[in-house]
Amino acid sequence: MSAQDLSLPLQQQIIDAVNNQRPLRIIGGNSKDFYGGACTAEDTLLTSAHCGVIDYQPSELVITARSGTSLAAINQLLAEQRQMLAFEPPHFGPGATLGGTIACGLSGPRRAFAGSARDFVLGCKIINGNGEILSFGGQVMKNVAGFDVSRLMTGALGTLGLLLEISLRVLPMPETELTLAYPLSTDSALQQMLTLAQKPWPLSAMAYDGQYLRIRLSGAETAVLAAARQLGGDIDGEGDQFWLQLREQQLGYFQHSGDLWRLSLAPAARLPALDPHCLIDWGGALRWLKTDTAAASIHDSIGACGGHALCFKGTGPNRSLRLAPALQAIQQQLRLAFDPQRIFNPGRLPF
Amino acid sequence: MSFTPHFIRQCQALVGMDNVIADPARLRVYECDALSAYRQLPELVVLPETTEQVQAILQLCAAQQVPVVARGAGTGLAGGAMPVSGGIVLGLSKMQQILALDPLNRTATLQPGVRNLAISEAARAYGLYYAPDPSSQIACSIGGNIAENAGGVHCLKYGLTVHNVLQIKLVTMDGTLLTLGGSGLDSPGYDLLALAIGSEGLLGVVVEISVRLLPLQPVTQVLLAAFSSIEQAGAAVAAIIADGLLPAGLELMDNAAIRATEAFVNAGYPLEAAAIVLCELDGLAEQVSADMQRLQALLQAHQASEIRIASDASQRQRFWAGRKSAFPAVGRIASDYYCMDGTIPRKHLASVLQQISAMADRFQLQVVNVFHAGDGNLHPLILYDGSQAGDFAKAEALGAEILELCVAVGGTITGEHGVGIEKLGQMCVQFQAAELQQFLRLKRAFDPQGLLNPGKAIPTPHRCAELGRMHVHHGQLPHPQLERF
Ligand SMILES: Cc1cc2nc3c(=O)[nH]c(=O)nc-3n(C[C@H](O)[C@H](O)[C@H](O)COP(=O)(O)OP(=O)(O)OC[C@H]3O[C@@H](n4cnc5c(N)ncnc54)[C@H](O)[C@@H]3O)c2cc1C
Repeated sequence: MSAQDLSLPLQQQIIDAVNNQRPLRIIGGNSKDFYGGACTAEDTLLTSAHCGVIDYQPSELVITARSGTSLAAINQLLAEQRQMLAFEPPHFGPGATLGGTIACGLSGPRRAFAGSARDFVLGCKIINGNGEILSFGGQVMKNVAGFDVSRLMTGALGTLGLLLEISLRVLPMPETELTLAYPLSTDSALQQMLTLAQKPWPLSAMAYDGQYLRIRLSGAETAVLAAARQLGGDIDGEGDQFWLQLREQQLGYFQHSGDLWRLSLAPAARLPALDPHCLIDWGGALRWLKTDTAAASIHDSIGACGGHALCFKGTGPNRSLRLAPALQAIQQQLRLAFDPQRIFNPGRLPF
Repeated sequence: MSFTPHFIRQCQALVGMDNVIADPARLRVYECDALSAYRQLPELVVLPETTEQVQAILQLCAAQQVPVVARGAGTGLAGGAMPVSGGIVLGLSKMQQILALDPLNRTATLQPGVRNLAISEAARAYGLYYAPDPSSQIACSIGGNIAENAGGVHCLKYGLTVHNVLQIKLVTMDGTLLTLGGSGLDSPGYDLLALAIGSEGLLGVVVEISVRLLPLQPVTQVLLAAFSSIEQAGAAVAAIIADGLLPAGLELMDNAAIRATEAFVNAGYPLEAAAIVLCELDGLAEQVSADMQRLQALLQAHQASEIRIASDASQRQRFWAGRKSAFPAVGRIASDYYCMDGTIPRKHLASVLQQISAMADRFQLQVVNVFHAGDGNLHPLILYDGSQAGDFAKAEALGAEILELCVAVGGTITGEHGVGIEKLGQMCVQFQAAELQQFLRLKRAFDPQGLLNPGKAIPTPHRCAELGRMHVHHGQLPHPQLERF
């Protein structure tokens, strides 16, 4: 797709939608349509033609691109300079766009060690539900002028506005990466992850797939090799493939039947009834669960350890998230503050 | 307006007699934060000791339409905690407990009045620490850090406050207690945790915080490089980042700062250098040694006139001592100084420093530069004499020009100190009216009556017009057809 700025036509489309009271369903690459609640709008707003990198200066560690830019294209451009999006975002399909990536706010295996999608967002340009083009944040690392709207947009699933442009901090690629694997039981794997995380090993991923604990080391070659020597274990030659398949949910685990739940909780939390059935990422702080268990009971057990459960891919209606009523109320108010006519993605984030 | 005895009694009933201050002599302490040029004597200070008391006081104030200004340690540099007329100051200094330290999950749960440094001190026993380390860390509170999204010398590698917090409990103006975030790394729905961090006490009062702790690094090395021009130093900083190194700290001091700190703490800095760069590397021994080789090669290629590597912990501390005491050191060479906080893209470091120096000459004021170069976060210290009529106004005018220059090169008016009362005018330069309106609508979602820290952080477009400042985008005024109201 050749670079072009469609801000003005997109703005017009939003103004028309407001005037005609016709809500819009925002579509980037349509790779994550399953996520975040079913959108009920009949009219669509397509972002993929609003694309192109606006500014990328490797020495500034910042990239700014239009929301329709393909994630793959951005990854490639960065890789040419040996840089990367350190939150390792999942694509879930060849068409994934930058806008969809930030709107969903999902991060991959490196997240627990390098930071999340929202951690790397520096600024954005949006169109709000009044059809106004607004800019927040910027291209610099530190910026506390005004409320942090750019981070608020991350994970908001387009319900607060249409993302037009996004500036992200990027990081240098590690010189070397190496994956070590250990055959362990669930309990020992969880224990080992906690032990490792308490020491300053150069970790960049830790996951357990029910058979093997895998850890990824990143950094200068000498440092990675030294750490690997001290840690022992077998080098997994297919490590890169494993992390990719974990990120893209292509491992065998994800093919099992049942709803896919995403459990975000303290790494040391133990869920005796559920853990043996989980795929564990982020050193224990993220657990994937394929199950037919009732939503309420999952919410109860995760809530009890201060975490959050979310039905990531499922069949039941309106069961995906549970929020405290006061929190729900304020989120509703916030949504109206950006989109008073409820034009954007009705049905997504069910409040 | 002053408070009725009845209102004061109600406050006393909620938090106890000793925790309500109405005596003018004792109120004086609360009239300003560390930006002492702006003052407002409060009429009442309330010091709750529990979350329930915070909720009750906010409910009372909401019912009676009394504005509330939260206050941590009062080290803020933008007048954020300055009292507002007709309002109370809600001091969090009595909520000072470390509620839990969980080495397995690597978290600490804190009341808002806990001092920043106290967290790392408590975590050290477990080989852990809390990374964001503002220079004010011996005094500033974690609640204030949340409100300002505080940074520090090490945030280049380890992130700002927002990157190191898992959960906060926030009381909104109607007394509702919200839990934002969770025990894991994220939570569903809007990211209110990220939104609350850096919101300068406008959305709610932070009553509990869970932060992430990191393992202490086995090896740390500090390098000092001297340069014969500040441009070379700026270029070297940009080159270090461009080369893919991620130092734990990367700071720059100009000659005036070198001389001031040398006289103050005798850190052993080269007095003749136009600028020095301090660079800290940490990690496994092998990583640090690989990075150190690259770093030295880069600095040599960028004409460093001298490179010193601290040989041991005590020399490392001496290298940092100068940087860390720069503000008080400057306080000794001038009767007053005014600290700016703009951030710019690193590639403009050299040219912006040059322009600042030209501006200072024009104003006949001296500027000292000592700052977080790695993130492009400038801290020009403008020296002035508060006892001379008009001198602060001159310093303010120069400060405003400097911040507007930061915006013009694609940066921002504040990197870590916040807007507070101080930078309202520059907010009008950085943002358009529609953006300010959006901020105000966002604020109303949390605080419909506008009682929390009113008049701070976000100016109304009307206020911008009064201040004579308007966002000028590509040389065009917004809505040129409208009269300037
Ligand atoms: C010598 C010196 C060096 C400094 N160095 C740095 C630095 O390196 N990096 C940096 O980022 N800052 C620095 N600062 C600025 C300052 O220390 C920080 O902004 C700090 O975070 C303020 O914390 P505090 O507890 O003093 O907050 P206060 O000054 O009391 O309050 C600051 C703001 O936070 C609000 N607030 C306070 N507590 C709460 C709460 N519990 N809930 C809601 N709102 C609250 C207040 O209303 C106010 O708007 C420095 C200041 C000094 C004096």
